[in-house]
Amino acid sequence: MTAVQAAPARPRSGARGGWLLLALAVLAAVAVLSLAVGAHAIAPAGVLRALLEPTGSSDDLVVRDIRAPRALLAVGAGAALGVAGVLVQVLSRNPLAEPGILGVSTGAGFAITIGSALGATTAAAGQLVLAVVGSVLAMALVYAVGRRSPLRLVLAGVALSSVLTGVSLGLRLLLPDVFDEYRFWVVGSLAGREQAPTLLPLLAIAAALLGALLLGRQLNAVALGEAVAHTLGVNVAGVRTGALVLITVLAGAATAVAGPILFVGLIVPHLARRVAGGSVPWLVAFAAVLGPVLLLVSDTVARVLLPVGEVPVAVVTAFLGGPVLIWAVRRYGAAPL
Amino acid sequence: MTALVLRRGPVSFRVERRTLVFTAAAVLVILGLGLLGLCYGAVWASPAKVFAALSGSSGGSGVVIRDWRLPRVLSGVVFGAALGVAGAIFQGITRNPLGSPDVIGLDSGAYTGALIALTVLSGTSAQLTTGSVAGGVVTATAVYLLARKGGLSGLRLVVIGIAVNAMLTAVNSWIVLRAELEVAIAAGSWSAGSLNGVGWDDLAIPFAVLAMLLVLLALRSQATHQSGLGGEVAVTTGVGLERLRLHLVLIGVGCTATVTAVAGPIAFVALAAPQIGRRLAGAPGVPLLPAALTGAALLQGGDLLAQALLAPVALPVGVVSTAIGGCYLIWLLTKEVRRT
Repeated sequence: MTAVQAAPARPRSGARGGWLLLALAVLAAVAVLSLAVGAHAIAPAGVLRALLEPTGSSDDLVVRDIRAPRALLAVGAGAALGVAGVLVQVLSRNPLAEPGILGVSTGAGFAITIGSALGATTAAAGQLVLAVVGSVLAMALVYAVGRRSPLRLVLAGVALSSVLTGVSLGLRLLLPDVFDEYRFWVVGSLAGREQAPTLLPLLAIAAALLGALLLGRQLNAVALGEAVAHTLGVNVAGVRTGALVLITVLAGAATAVAGPILFVGLIVPHLARRVAGGSVPWLVAFAAVLGPVLLLVSDTVARVLLPVGEVPVAVVTAFLGGPVLIWAVRRYGAAPL
Repeated sequence: MTALVLRRGPVSFRVERRTLVFTAAAVLVILGLGLLGLCYGAVWASPAKVFAALSGSSGGSGVVIRDWRLPRVLSGVVFGAALGVAGAIFQGITRNPLGSPDVIGLDSGAYTGALIALTVLSGTSAQLTTGSVAGGVVTATAVYLLARKGGLSGLRLVVIGIAVNAMLTAVNSWIVLRAELEVAIAAGSWSAGSLNGVGWDDLAIPFAVLAMLLVLLALRSQATHQSGLGGEVAVTTGVGLERLRLHLVLIGVGCTATVTAVAGPIAFVALAAPQIGRRLAGAPGVPLLPAALTGAALLQGGDLLAQALLAPVALPVGVVSTAIGGCYLIWLLTKEVRRT
């Protein structure tokens, strides 16, 4: 099986490796840039010094305690959303799918609405826990209803999302306080979120990314069709369940730390497919690099766009990613999976 | 025999029995829901009273039924059918169960227009209507023009629609975030879609427009079914695919924009009605008639529940139609799982 699959891909994998290295270099440059830019600009050399040999100056504090955690958050959330998007699109065989389609973000939003309607904690930590619980429950329900086929999975996700949206919108319209709190969560932003306990979500994301790389080869077979996968000796049901668990962890954790900015999960796989072709492991690798690049650039732009205050990062992401997606689709056509 | 064939001279129809049964049942359900809508209100009117009021013989209470409840019920049924048809059109063109008029940015564009009317202008109902129609139509045109490049591909249309949608949604939630709380809540409840306070004055033009669009659609229905068999088949059998798609998109956009102008963006009816309808009717493809009937029943039923659920507070119908439509779709899916 390995030989059959790897043989036709081999001539291109050198080029793909080169592209991946280039993407990694871009990511590093963008990361340094995001540490340097802000209300108080610091030269790139200063950033490197603060990271490598801190002296405790105020520049060092800004970089190490304020900007680095936020950049780390952007990297984690970006990688998680990008890879979750790849997995969802492969699994549902639908190039329009994004992690939100399986109910992750509406589940989280519903839990947060209910939580604040019941007067549960409004602190960042409380929202984080609620978001995780909501997205996991929603995904479990969608899986229970739709596990038999990709189409059913998508429809179940859409249906559940709409039920939850309806109920929570009704609640919010009746309770102005809840509405007020929710509108700040739903816009999706990294500002101030670094104060929540983010270590656990980031660790979960790292573990799930590793899992996605390991599962990539089996997913390749599933992407060829169920019958082919069976013939190749792949346990389709097992792979599907595994991928869904990974999607839940990735998208749930990202939504918990950054709010619903799931558009990243749609656009990154589309861009990754331009360089990676149809191979799932390569798609995962590229998405894990391009997602952070998009989110880091967006977050940096979001910080400097207005003279005072910030634009929510989701707005910038949409306006950076949207035109790129439109351009890619017009230039290359919408590549079906 | 599961099919009936009707012949009269050169014209013949072939109708699946199940489709026929479904159509009859759906019409009965819609009539029942409509009657219930006329009976229900702050004061319950018996069906006998309703019929008396409709025939114009009763006095005082007849006004309530004729001028308040009847326009609301009619708009629920007609708008529901229009949304169902629009959804079926878009799912047919894109060949994707996620296709619906909102994917090409109609709803989010209309919301942006309404938000501008609410926050920048003074937010009168005329401004809301104009703003929403202008926003929706401008967005849909932009998406269509961007997606047209050497022919309209369904998938490209949807992907570009999603991209534009994402941008508009981000802008919308940002405007809501920065607005005063009261304005934000007013915008939120407009965006849910509501039939509260719909009267005869609001309906004359929309009904005329919808009737015209549906007649146009009926004229093209033969070609539409042909194109449902696939692009190549349709072209071989003499369908001008490009023109047909343009006409269909225009009809779908027209239906949705008309409904949105009066009632706000009622989400999900257009998405769910075609899927529910085709499962109930056991029909192949994404048929138009079952979608229209299901949409009408869904919206009218949703509006009844929206009035009754927390009476005397009337919820926006969009909240309820979304929730019951979703529940029903989930139930249908679980039933399918058990059968297979």
